[in-house]
Amino acid sequence: MTDTVLKVRDLAVDFKTDLGTTHALVDVGFDMPRGKVTAIVGESGSGKSVTANCIMRIIQPPGRIIGGTIDFAPEAMDPFEITSLGKRDPRLQELRGGLISMVFQEPMTALSPVYTVGNQVAEAILCHRKVGRKQAWKEAAEMLERVGIDDIDRRIRMYPFEFSGGMRQRVVIAMALVCHPEILICDEPTTALDVTIQAEILTLIRDLQRELSNSVLFITHDIGVVAQLADQVVVMYQGRVLEIGTVRQVLKTPVHPYTKGLLAAIPGLAPKGEPLATIASVVGDTDITKPYPMITLGDGRQVSLPREQVQGVAG
Amino acid sequence: MSEAVLNPVAEASVSREESATISPRRLIWLRFRRHRLAYLSGIFLLLMYIVTGFCEFVSPYGTTTRNDDAINAPPMRVHFFDAEGNFHLRPFVYAYRMEVNEDTWMREYSEDTNRMFPIRFFARGEPYVMWNLVRSDRHLFTTEEGGYIHLFGTDQLGRDMFSRVFYGGRISMSIGLVGVVLTLVLGILIGGIAGYLGGIADRVVNKAIEVLTSIPGLPLWMALSAALPAHWSPLLVYFGITVILSLFGWTGLARQVRGRFLSLREEEFVMAARLIGADTPRVITKHMLPSFSSHVIATATLAVPAMILGETALSFLGIGLRPPVVSWGVLLFQAQNPLVIEMTPWQMLPGLFVVLVVMAFNLLGDGLRDAADPYSTAGAK
Amino acid sequence: MRSYVISRLLGMIPTLAVISVIIFVVIQLPPGDIVTSMLDRLQAQGVDTTEEYVQNLRAQYNLDKPLVLQYFYWAGNLLTGDMGYSHLYSRPVNDLLWERLGYTLSITVSALLFMWVVALPLGIYSAIRQYSIGDYLMTSIALVGVATPPFMVALVFMHIGFEWFGVSTGGLFSPEYEDAPWSWGRVVDLLSHIWLPMIIVGLGSAAFTMRILRANLLDELNKPYVVTARAKGVSPAKLILKYPVRIAINPFISTIGFVLPALISGEAIVSLVMGLPTIGPLLLQALLNQDMFLAGSLLMWLAILTVVGILLSDILLAWLDPRIRYE
Ligand SMILES: Nc1ncnc2c1ncn2[C@@H]1O[C@H](COP(=O)(O)OP(=O)(O)OP(=O)(O)O)[C@@H](O)[C@H]1O
Ligand SMILES: [Mg+2]
Repeated sequence: MTDTVLKVRDLAVDFKTDLGTTHALVDVGFDMPRGKVTAIVGESGSGKSVTANCIMRIIQPPGRIIGGTIDFAPEAMDPFEITSLGKRDPRLQELRGGLISMVFQEPMTALSPVYTVGNQVAEAILCHRKVGRKQAWKEAAEMLERVGIDDIDRRIRMYPFEFSGGMRQRVVIAMALVCHPEILICDEPTTALDVTIQAEILTLIRDLQRELSNSVLFITHDIGVVAQLADQVVVMYQGRVLEIGTVRQVLKTPVHPYTKGLLAAIPGLAPKGEPLATIASVVGDTDITKPYPMITLGDGRQVSLPREQVQGVAG
Repeated sequence: MSEAVLNPVAEASVSREESATISPRRLIWLRFRRHRLAYLSGIFLLLMYIVTGFCEFVSPYGTTTRNDDAINAPPMRVHFFDAEGNFHLRPFVYAYRMEVNEDTWMREYSEDTNRMFPIRFFARGEPYVMWNLVRSDRHLFTTEEGGYIHLFGTDQLGRDMFSRVFYGGRISMSIGLVGVVLTLVLGILIGGIAGYLGGIADRVVNKAIEVLTSIPGLPLWMALSAALPAHWSPLLVYFGITVILSLFGWTGLARQVRGRFLSLREEEFVMAARLIGADTPRVITKHMLPSFSSHVIATATLAVPAMILGETALSFLGIGLRPPVVSWGVLLFQAQNPLVIEMTPWQMLPGLFVVLVVMAFNLLGDGLRDAADPYSTAGAK
Repeated sequence: MRSYVISRLLGMIPTLAVISVIIFVVIQLPPGDIVTSMLDRLQAQGVDTTEEYVQNLRAQYNLDKPLVLQYFYWAGNLLTGDMGYSHLYSRPVNDLLWERLGYTLSITVSALLFMWVVALPLGIYSAIRQYSIGDYLMTSIALVGVATPPFMVALVFMHIGFEWFGVSTGGLFSPEYEDAPWSWGRVVDLLSHIWLPMIIVGLGSAAFTMRILRANLLDELNKPYVVTARAKGVSPAKLILKYPVRIAINPFISTIGFVLPALISGEAIVSLVMGLPTIGPLLLQALLNQDMFLAGSLLMWLAILTVVGILLSDILLAWLDPRIRYE
């Protein structure tokens, strides 16, 4: 096993609303290997964003972390536990944007319309390092060029609403990377973009990851993207983790019926000419809403199933 | 089994379908009921309209009845226990004992514990003709012959403030309603024309709205109501004032109606109605009006306070309604003098009612708007 | 930015032109005119007037010309700063106007500043501490504040003044400075009096804008761009001020458009209650005595004040919000 940068254990999050309490996360646990890309896949509402927000500690009321730990072992600092950081702990501010940063789903609204692009990117630097404004703008410009924004002298003084969606997402990526974080979290960074631009952004993220060799937590519901990008996959469903393994393991020989269902429902992978399977038809009789403890199989992957069901597989 | 399990929204979607069978009106009502303050305000206003509607019955006296024993007398207290501490099932008030202060030459009142006036409910008292139609002398409460009751005190002529406040409420609160109806007509008409026709009509209306909203309202109202001929009857003045207030009050509504029309024009069901050959008036009345009537009601509700405040301000300045007509503004006109405020602060009571009613209308309107459009961001909750 | 300012300045001209027409129509509405009411007065004093004298008088006031021409004379005089002669005060309107306009302006502007100083921090507090006791307290006070007309506030303040301090709260000056020429002492005296009307006039609008700001801010607080900034590591205090407040303040500034007319209306009526030497009481006197020349000029000046105020707020808004500037 490689060295682990982030260890999530038994993470639980509740949302208390007028309509009752939603258990958005239930005992979520996984490891992130250092310098690798970990993907979280799962359908809408499965708790992917909530997991990411927990790591950044930006869960807002009515949401609350009610249990679990997130152990973070940065290279630049002593290891610490994220969920127990006090509100005024300086490490919390350092964590957000300094050690871990995040690219969001919605590039159109992720930037404030009243500040220039340069201002917002440079701010990330000014928040974490003691450098002058000039220096910060210079580094911001460099990073913006690196993510593929040209004519930088002019563009850096422009406002987000003068940029296209793809360009805004580049700005957000530049903003996330400008402090050289150890972990980059991408929460469905391409969902809101055109197909052609999606590919560009994905390539950009992959290239930058290789270049900067940081760890990436990539959230998506697109298995194709997972195959392209990820080293390790975490499958989530209704706030729980169902299966963890390497890309090869999970995509080639899925163990959990839900994962199988997920794969069968992808157009490209099904045999030509046959109707697409629904997840339900593949899952069959297994009650996947019931929580089962994670079992570690021989080849290192983990799955949440009753022990007797796993026996036949890889055992 | 696994079907339902695999679809986490299955349960939710059932209730969603159920809610689709609830009519929009009912949905709005359900949401409105959840705004407790707005709901209570609605009930309060309803009560106020009923009470002021039947003010002849509710108040013990008419607006001009004088009590010479009580000039500038303070509000009376209702007692259940007399001075000796005996309990009386029938509540009562004590007569005023008046003394003239030797230093200030002011009347000073205290309770005369020797003379008690029991309160009679649904009893006979001063005769009146309700709404110029029903002749009666029954009052909600009054005292026996020879007694008097002034729960809100009296003014400098010895007239009962309680009665005057409710008679005044009838005028002030009805101006709000009548004015808002006029405003509605103007606002929907003008806003509708602008929004439906677009183009030049729209630009003209827009400019008109911009102009009208940038003239300070009160001074203009002052000028207009000063122009009302002095020989007009009170009823004419009443309508004159109402018209003046609505003449400048329609802009908010028109702006909203216009915006709605502009966006609705593009919406599919209107398009569809037009494609199947419905003519213009039909498209408007059948398809466009109902879909935002709830918003209009909310905005209209929020427009009532401006009317009430406008009348109050004008009458307060002495250029709106004038005595013998009684309205809250007319009553407050008497309270303008600093000396009056100092000596008889209860003459500011009509102001308290103005504030309560305006507040209730604001709350009600906010609640209605939230219920009509849960995503609106315009108002504070 | 410059082209925006220029276009808004040009847009102001037709607005003012239309307003002047409206005001002219309004002052024509009362039956009779200056000359008839002057003649009434003369007759009441037992002075006989000849037909010729009347004709001369009418000609002097251009009343013998068609209405349209009369409007242009009136508007032309307004433009050249000659606002005619008030027969009520037997003085040129100009003399009456400037000082009072100055007081009106000072009270309105200080009420506007008061409104901001109060509404801004309270609105922010109440939004970021939503549902706290402080929030409930403030929103309740604001609710009452919005519903209370300025003259009621004035009455209550006067009552409190009498009851608790035994002082009269009217006027803008102490008696010794009332008719004194301008001096440092008089300015200080003015400042020590103006705060009360400032609060009274500004209170309702402060409550109103506080509610607006609170609602806007609540909408903005969880917007994605705020989350992005938080994830970037911006410190909590700076986060609130730099991101959501900065956006929520825009509609807050554009409310000046309808707060300003309300402030000017409020100022007029409060001045009447408190006996302040501003435009309000003058207007009322002019209206009651059918001195329509005076009334028209006063109305026009109040409208100009408002239009210019709105223009300034629009420019401020464009300066603050690049989206408007770039439109
Ligand atoms: N602000 C909130 N208020 C109430 N419940 C919430 C809130 N945010 C998230 N939840 C709950 O948490 C669950 C998980 O939400 P989350 O945003 O993590 O889903 P997701 O996997 O990111 O989905 P998507 O692919 O649509 O982004 C949701 O089903 C919802 O019940
Ligand atoms: Mg998500």
